Amino acid sequence: MLSKPFYFFICFLFLFTVPNSILVKAATSNVDLIQQNWPFNGIFGRFDKASLQRGFKVYSEVCSACHGLRHISYRDLEGIGYSKDEIKVIAGEYEITDGPNDEGEMFLRDAKMSDKFVGPYENDKIARLANNGAYPPDLSLIVKARAGGADYIYSLLNGYKDFPENFEVSEGMYYNEFYPGNQIAMPPQIEDDIVEFDDGTIATHNQIARDITSFLAWTAEPELESRKSLGVKTLFFLVLITIMLLGVKRKVWKNLD
Amino acid sequence: MSEKDLKNKDLSDSVDEEKRDFLFITTAGLAVAGGAVTAFSLIDTMNPAKDVLALSTTEVDLAPIEEGQSLTVMWRGKPIFIRHRTSEEIRTANNTSVNELKHMASDESRVKNPKWLVVVGVCTHLGCVPLGQKVGDNKGEFGGWFCPCHGSHYDTSGRIRKGPAPLNLEIPPYDFVSDEIIKIG
Amino acid sequence: MKEKETENKKGISNWIDERLPVFTFINHNLRDYPTPKNLNYFWNFGSLAGITLVIMIITGILLAMQYTANTEMAFDSVERIMRDVNNGWLLRYIHMNGASMFFIIVYIHMFRGLYYGSYKYPREILWMLGVVILLLMMATAFMGYVLPWGQMSFWGATVITNLFSAFPVIGDYIVTFLWGGFSVDNPTLTRFFVLHYLLPFAIVGVVALHLVALHQFGSNNPTGIDVKSDGDTIPFHPYYTVKDYLGLGVYLIVFAFLVFFAPNFLGHPDNYIPANPLQTPAHIVPEWYFLPFYAILRAVPDKLLGVLLMFAAVMVLFFLPWLDKHKVRSANFRPFYKQFYWLFFINCIVLGWVGAMPAEGIYVLISRIATLYYFGFFLIIMPFLSKFEKTTDLPSSISAAVISEKFDNKEPSSAESYVK
Repeated sequence: MLSKPFYFFICFLFLFTVPNSILVKAATSNVDLIQQNWPFNGIFGRFDKASLQRGFKVYSEVCSACHGLRHISYRDLEGIGYSKDEIKVIAGEYEITDGPNDEGEMFLRDAKMSDKFVGPYENDKIARLANNGAYPPDLSLIVKARAGGADYIYSLLNGYKDFPENFEVSEGMYYNEFYPGNQIAMPPQIEDDIVEFDDGTIATHNQIARDITSFLAWTAEPELESRKSLGVKTLFFLVLITIMLLGVKRKVWKNLD
Repeated sequence: MSEKDLKNKDLSDSVDEEKRDFLFITTAGLAVAGGAVTAFSLIDTMNPAKDVLALSTTEVDLAPIEEGQSLTVMWRGKPIFIRHRTSEEIRTANNTSVNELKHMASDESRVKNPKWLVVVGVCTHLGCVPLGQKVGDNKGEFGGWFCPCHGSHYDTSGRIRKGPAPLNLEIPPYDFVSDEIIKIG
Repeated sequence: MKEKETENKKGISNWIDERLPVFTFINHNLRDYPTPKNLNYFWNFGSLAGITLVIMIITGILLAMQYTANTEMAFDSVERIMRDVNNGWLLRYIHMNGASMFFIIVYIHMFRGLYYGSYKYPREILWMLGVVILLLMMATAFMGYVLPWGQMSFWGATVITNLFSAFPVIGDYIVTFLWGGFSVDNPTLTRFFVLHYLLPFAIVGVVALHLVALHQFGSNNPTGIDVKSDGDTIPFHPYYTVKDYLGLGVYLIVFAFLVFFAPNFLGHPDNYIPANPLQTPAHIVPEWYFLPFYAILRAVPDKLLGVLLMFAAVMVLFFLPWLDKHKVRSANFRPFYKQFYWLFFINCIVLGWVGAMPAEGIYVLISRIATLYYFGFFLIIMPFLSKFEKTTDLPSSISAAVISEKFDNKEPSSAESYVK
């Protein structure tokens, strides 16, 4: 008796969500994304801290020239394994506008742990001006904000190709087989050895793409690890108590026979 | 119900009696525990969030404060009173006998450098901000601060001397970074 | 027993009960309340919907303590909830997925009523109050989706409020009035937040009326036959309380799985991009629970007609008790209605599916056929069957139906022992 409404329930959910997943495919220009086996996928998924730290280095040395991370604070870096002292040093490398002071003027000071990441541009207008009219999106949520998630970001970073013949090229654009419309304003940024990893990992193109994608997956969902571990505990509890309730229910209803 | 179940059924089994059943009690206990944990984690969202807790230190440059003047700065949403005390004020604070105080504390225990008194500017009675920071303010009978809400008088060491407040003005955690800069928090 | 009773009378509960009969009320409505003994698990969904409403209100109140209803700050305040507030991500994901769960539960609850004829005499008002709840839920869900102020929030709000511009002459005034300005902007967000907070309490009120109406005649049951004797019923407690708990357990497993392991599965990635009034996303899709109605809207080439038809798709439910006047309630004994019912169910799924598809090519044709069937089912098939459909043999009572089911399903030996 239990199974019937349960399956009904699942079917209902499924039938309404299939169109959603089809849309996801449609939105990614009909090209299959490069699927990666991310360590943070799945019910027991966890982040690879070493990869996140490498990814953070890629972000600070490459991406941060144009892209901000405005939802992340320096203190959040504790989540990828940095100590408080290390974070103070990292934050100290950036300057932030504060004020007004007693003279009524804005002033620059070193960033503190509690500050949000310092962005590359003062405002959106300057960002557009510096980038040919294209706005480099903030990366804090990019993995959640794109259909395909981490796989899409990884594919995009690996998707630069020469323009195919007969392709209408706009000035200053690049061809990317995974970008919707295939014309992207961001030039390819990643190449072998563009950064040097502190832990000795060889900085191949793929390694860099993988690490920065992992880092961005973390910035989008810093709660992922605690969410999944709490989820496993919760589900264990719920399954247990449901089985017990099934026993209780049978016992109570036996009185009717 | 299988045939066996039906035959074994004890007809005297009423629902009331089964309440004592082990399965019933453990299930109910587990449900209550689960509900309590859920309730706690939801209510916990009302506690200070990470960004609030991280609100860090405030650095204050003392150089512009002349002797006898006071400065008010914000720290964790509360006013911090910094007073550059005159030698007269320091002397009165030191000469007060600790034993006659309501909340006993020597002046030495309340300062890091006798010239500078740093206290949280919140009356320990019911949380008003005492007067005495500005020139012309009523500084109370002991030359420190006076809380207008219910008439508490604090002395030049921020100690309660008269009125309903039970405790001295609180000293925030602070350190001298250099001779003339302090870091609160 | 007698001793126990007199003892109780002295108790504090009795003192209160004499002055304010809460315990009598609980006793009548949740304890002794006679309930047909043959209810199946589809009768769990009413209590599940009630519990979901409570979950939504609790998480909603806690979220409102952290949220800022201002276009400049709304998106960031939601991200702050996700990142900095203790368990804030849990709070928000429960609320976000709770909306979807609420609609799944309520839709199943409605399909249950449609199958077993729960809207027929004497439960017409009970059904109509249910439709009012659905309408309030739709309004609440729509306004709630606007609050995070992402791209889908903004453009969803723009598209849906623009529906009202379809009305001739006054249309534009209505839209400007709804917006409180000349586009979806800060006044719109603020009023949506206020209404999103208010309406759930209106829902609670209508739910109370829904329950009063339910307890007037009691629950319908899978046979659709009226209760004829005490033998047909059992007390609500402990039998249906424990059954409801069991259903709740299964429900929470599905709910928790979504919240913890696929929290954004039913959402749209574009809503993690802050609202940008200058750029419309490539595909604007409403939340899945609105897709069937969205499909009906797009099936019609005329703007006004499309809007009217979409509203009519919900409004027609109000008239169900008078569209289907067949004396027999349960579809189990109506061979033809049963076939059309399942076709209608599949039709709704199809509508939801085409609602998510681009409005072009074959999808337009499919949506038109499905829309025709949607209305045809209510306006043509139901009245027609009411007049002409012959039913199969009905059991003489609920008890008789229960016994015959046992005979059908069990080994002969077991049935014999039962008779003994």
